[in-house]
Amino acid sequence: MRNATDWRTARVAHIDEPAADVRRVVFDVTGGVPPFDPGSHTNIRVTIGGQGAIRTYTCLPAGRDQIAIAVKLHPQSRGGSRFIWSLMPGQEVELTAPENRFELSWRAPEYLLLAGGIGITPIYGMAQALAARGQKVRMHYGAQSRAAMPFVEDLQALLGDRLTLHAADQGQFIDLDAVIAELPPSGEAYVCGPLGMLEAVKAAWARAGRPISRLRYEVFGDNGKFAELPFEVSVMNTGISVTVRPDQTLLGALQEAGVEMIYDCQRGECGLCAVGLVTREGEIDHRDVFFSEEEKREGHRMCSCVSRLVGGCAVIDIGYRP
Amino acid sequence: MASFPLNAWYAAAYDVELGRSLLARTICNKPIVMYRKQNGEAVALADACWHRLLPLSQGSLHGDNVICGYHGLEFDDSGRCVYMPSQETINPSACVKSYPVVERHRFLWIWPGDPALADPDLVPDMHWNDDPAWAADGRVIHVKCDYRLVVDNLMDLTHETFVHGSSIGNRAVAEAPFEVTHTDRTATVTRLMEDITAPPFWASQIGRAEHMDRWQVINFQAPSTICIEVGVAPTGTGAMQGDRSKGVEGMVLNTMTPETESSCHYFWAIARSYDIHNQARTHQLREGVAGVFTEDELILEAQQRAIEANPDHVFYNLNIDAGSMWARKLIDRMIAEETAIKTAAE
Repeated sequence: MRNATDWRTARVAHIDEPAADVRRVVFDVTGGVPPFDPGSHTNIRVTIGGQGAIRTYTCLPAGRDQIAIAVKLHPQSRGGSRFIWSLMPGQEVELTAPENRFELSWRAPEYLLLAGGIGITPIYGMAQALAARGQKVRMHYGAQSRAAMPFVEDLQALLGDRLTLHAADQGQFIDLDAVIAELPPSGEAYVCGPLGMLEAVKAAWARAGRPISRLRYEVFGDNGKFAELPFEVSVMNTGISVTVRPDQTLLGALQEAGVEMIYDCQRGECGLCAVGLVTREGEIDHRDVFFSEEEKREGHRMCSCVSRLVGGCAVIDIGYRP
Repeated sequence: MASFPLNAWYAAAYDVELGRSLLARTICNKPIVMYRKQNGEAVALADACWHRLLPLSQGSLHGDNVICGYHGLEFDDSGRCVYMPSQETINPSACVKSYPVVERHRFLWIWPGDPALADPDLVPDMHWNDDPAWAADGRVIHVKCDYRLVVDNLMDLTHETFVHGSSIGNRAVAEAPFEVTHTDRTATVTRLMEDITAPPFWASQIGRAEHMDRWQVINFQAPSTICIEVGVAPTGTGAMQGDRSKGVEGMVLNTMTPETESSCHYFWAIARSYDIHNQARTHQLREGVAGVFTEDELILEAQQRAIEANPDHVFYNLNIDAGSMWARKLIDRMIAEETAIKTAAE
């Protein structure tokens, strides 16, 4: 269930780099932290270009009254990861008590954990919890290189030969059909990784004829097939045109320009912020999980909170009929 | 401090209550909807739609899934949403909590706490309720009191003398000494009454009243299950030494499930090992015990009201409360243990 947001003050206690370009930040939380399960996330008030914004990060296993996150520095960061990377020990931030929308069910006879790159963050805690409670679990962890995989030593100690690593720079990739076939029919898979990986897993899961309710995943909508480029939109019936910078979303740019929008999840799940595309020059980088593959191919609409144009311009329809 | 642990199996329904319709019940302050799948297996989900929180119990069953009665969102037996209106995909966050369920001893048991700890071997032993060597039946009653008041009530049967004088109580109960023992999870109160006059209920079961030996062995399993060995036998036939074969032997099975801090679902059954194929006796015994428990209900609810009217008063305890004090200590220990686990997990 979704809870009302509970903001707390926290102070940076410790920073380290568990892998190349990945920084782990541990916060001491004033007033403590209620117990939370793996898969939980926290929202942090960040500052981007002098403006306040909210970014969501998975809570890693941490000490009592602490919240820990691990953040990869994105070359094309919209600013969230750059802010986290700028933090110094002792600095204060505001964050929310952990909330979970990616919970282990604890009812499967066996679990398949699939992590891609920095998508390891929720999967790491799940692996710990499942191993600690003697559950049957297999994990496949893929990334660009071995050096880009945080927490590998811990996970190897925890899972032994139940963990397989796949380093793309050594030509190692996860054979999704094969690993899904090894899972008993009532087994569950938990996936976190780039959107391309998630789509491949969903397709393989469907090919295997498995029920979608046993495939569980979480998205943050912050990575697409293409790098972030600026693009232009004109809003039909308003006379408003905006340039969407690489470090902001279409939704953010519209709001900045005074366009009234409705939205909720801001991670490409709910579809409330979707806009119509009346005319368009430039490819769409769909980064949501709201539209079906077919709807994405048709390209009539896009989620303004996460999806972008790869440069170019468009006339969009937000439903305003003066 | 909480008044009940969450990491425990609690009876949520009698087997006959659950079928192919939606049953709403609050367990440990958690609204839960229950139903049976087409294969008969029981399902327990949080009774609030993910979308706008309408109780799912106001919706309908569709195969093994439940459909919200407001906008038609459909959830499978694991609580995952499998249908959303007017869109081609399903929001990956969309789910309602599903609770571990075990059906055993004619009860549906639910684990409201950490599902990873829900070991079916921890279901309280109430096997007399469906053991072929016994005949049993019972009911569930809703009592507007803290479940621990029912525990207190059952852990000391002195009250039979004063509350149930027309059926199972007489002076012999209040005057007999008793022994209290305990383990880490159980407490036992044994009361043996030698050469007494049997009270009306027991006299009717064995056909005589004078020179009887009577036993009551109250077995508490934390947090809230109490199985009481009861019966009478003619004096001198060995019952006081453990041979009950010349008497009539019953089991009063009780398990209380907190609904809120001040109300509970009280599941009970009366089982017997004599004349077990006599269905009329099974019926009469169940109705008789139901009448006896109505007398307790009046006391317990009045007691709860008095507790609420005197918020800063605490109980005095007597010697007769040793059993209930051990039971409460074992309950408190379970609550402290799970609080410690949660703290460590942080």
